[in-house]
Amino acid sequence: MAVDTAPATPAGQAPAQRPQGPSRLRLLGTGDGVITFVLVAFLLVAGFTVEGFASSRNTGFLLLDVVVIMLIALPLTLVIVTGEIDLSVASTVGLTSAVMGQLWFSGLPLELIIPICLLLGAFLGAVNGFLVTRLGLPSLAVTIGTLALYRGLAFVVLGDRAVADFPRSWTGWALSSIGTTGIPVVVVPLLVLVVLTGVVLHATPIGRSLYAMGNSEDAARFSGIGVERTKFWLFVVTGAVAALGGIYWTLRYGSARADNAQGLELQVIAAILLGGVSIFGGSGGLVGVIAGALLLGSLRNALQLVNVPSDVLNIVTGVLLIIAVVTPQVAAAVRGRRRPRGRPAAP
Amino acid sequence: MTSFLTSRRMRGGLTGVAVAAMVLTTAACGGTTRGEDEGSDAGAEATASADPDAEIPADLAFAFLPKQLNNPYFDIAAEGAESAVAEVEGELNVTGPSEASASSQVSYINTLTQQGAEVILTSANDPNAICSALDQARSGGAKVVTFDSDTDPECRDLFISQATSEGIAQAQIDIMAEQIGGSGQVAILSATANATNQNAWIALMEEYAAEEYPDMEIVATVYGDDEDEKSFQETQGLLQTYPDLKGIISPTTVGIAAAARYLSGSEYKGQVALTGLGTPNQMREFVKDGTVTAFALWNPEELGYLAAYAGAALAAGQITGEEGETFEAGELGEYTIEADGTVVLGEPTTFDADNIDDFDF
Repeated sequence: MAVDTAPATPAGQAPAQRPQGPSRLRLLGTGDGVITFVLVAFLLVAGFTVEGFASSRNTGFLLLDVVVIMLIALPLTLVIVTGEIDLSVASTVGLTSAVMGQLWFSGLPLELIIPICLLLGAFLGAVNGFLVTRLGLPSLAVTIGTLALYRGLAFVVLGDRAVADFPRSWTGWALSSIGTTGIPVVVVPLLVLVVLTGVVLHATPIGRSLYAMGNSEDAARFSGIGVERTKFWLFVVTGAVAALGGIYWTLRYGSARADNAQGLELQVIAAILLGGVSIFGGSGGLVGVIAGALLLGSLRNALQLVNVPSDVLNIVTGVLLIIAVVTPQVAAAVRGRRRPRGRPAAP
Repeated sequence: MTSFLTSRRMRGGLTGVAVAAMVLTTAACGGTTRGEDEGSDAGAEATASADPDAEIPADLAFAFLPKQLNNPYFDIAAEGAESAVAEVEGELNVTGPSEASASSQVSYINTLTQQGAEVILTSANDPNAICSALDQARSGGAKVVTFDSDTDPECRDLFISQATSEGIAQAQIDIMAEQIGGSGQVAILSATANATNQNAWIALMEEYAAEEYPDMEIVATVYGDDEDEKSFQETQGLLQTYPDLKGIISPTTVGIAAAARYLSGSEYKGQVALTGLGTPNQMREFVKDGTVTAFALWNPEELGYLAAYAGAALAAGQITGEEGETFEAGELGEYTIEADGTVVLGEPTTFDADNIDDFDF
């Protein structure tokens, strides 16, 4: 029993030569370095071997495909770190898109539609948050429900129609790139949000409390963390950010439809898990998540460029994800076996 | 020590991301690929004027991008495109998403742009969502021919229509009217609720039926989403909801096959007429066992074949997509471009017990 590794042994008491303190390690995300290394290695290999991969235009295509995934991954990472999940994000994107289309169709200005959509997203997130934190229902069940509910509502709002007459200046912006670099303009605000989320998660008491909740909700509660309140607001933020994703999605494709972003939640969660975040909460870091999203995106892009059929692409993504989830478990098991043997050496 | 190790780990991660960013940025600044700069010239040239006698260049890079892969209808159209491409000595790359959602084709079009495809043959899942991607492909020099489902006309060079929508709608209503004596309740089993072509046909069918067969009443339109099981259940639902139903029209190959399967195993076999758009191979057994008397379809193989020839003619500069221009489409003969850059394949074919064995697709 490795009971004595977890409790609050003051850091100073830990033997200096052993990188103990699993909780501190978790704080910084053990998978970050590995996945980032894999990403860099992959980019280098693909850049040299895949024709057409390393070019400004392809970089633009690649980044445009991952921005929404990355955007939604930011708040969802925090949610997953606390040990919860939100599967309704893609449906929130769809409902936001449908509402945006309907409001635009009915003649409202975009400057007004956008705040309305963000509020709608926050409200949809609040519904999840209420059901999870006030009624104490499991977030998996709640958000499977709202996944279907929000998508259904999207079809009620827009039905089988598509609203596509958004102004060219807006849709053009969604696709425009910085100078001749091919890097989409939208990457800039995304980076700001990435940094912001990174700071909150890794450098504030709030971030630490999220890991604490993910590791042991009871312990977090006893140490005075407002578990319910924090989780509630996390769901609200996730909803609002998903709505932002919906607004961008609509402009990027120039088409508001109820079925927009169907199935996107799985891609977002795949990126997060690939980035080394534990689905059970309590560990993982944002750097890994960003690397995970980029890795999935560039892998798909490169495989498409060498004409790998889409079915095989899905298989590759699936296998990769399983490897990403299994590897830390195996590593932990190996560590767990080693620990008792090393124990006698400890004072 | 602990803090040193962990912060090193974090620093490793951050450095990694920085390197990744640098790789992406350098990739962004340098590197030219096929089609990236040769493309823009080609585009500018071709828009100049049509030269009907231009030779179709050999080794043209054709891409065939259906709504989704592993769909029998598009597989047959791809075969047609394949034979046309072989005749003009080009190369064909069949690619596409595994699910038919509005935006799923975009990254595939981007890939084709990047690969420098010269002719893109596509059937659009959404008339607008793929527009900007197609624009980029065209500014990279590609010629875009849509078939089966069109995009916004601004986003492509030509659209190959399987038949006029009126022709398709009227053929189905006429077949149905003949079987039910021109009067009674009829229901429609469609594909997805947002399929452009389905909705256009349904509207025209309703219009034509109201004019020609005032006693025929279209009581409902249900959606089987082009899924076999859902279409099967919707058929069952229709027959329960409307006990006086005389006939079902399903203008989609998945729907009509599922409906036929339900009818052939039910008490309604031979009582409720079924027609619509189906492929001979799918429907053969139901025509033979008497569940279905007749149904219609254009030949998707010819559709793919014509689309490929139209793309070749565009790439060669024989046509530019203007109304009134003509081009040769191999064994199908000469075609004329109509308004809005549309080329019509022809009238749909009606299949029944007498002729179904002449077709294998």
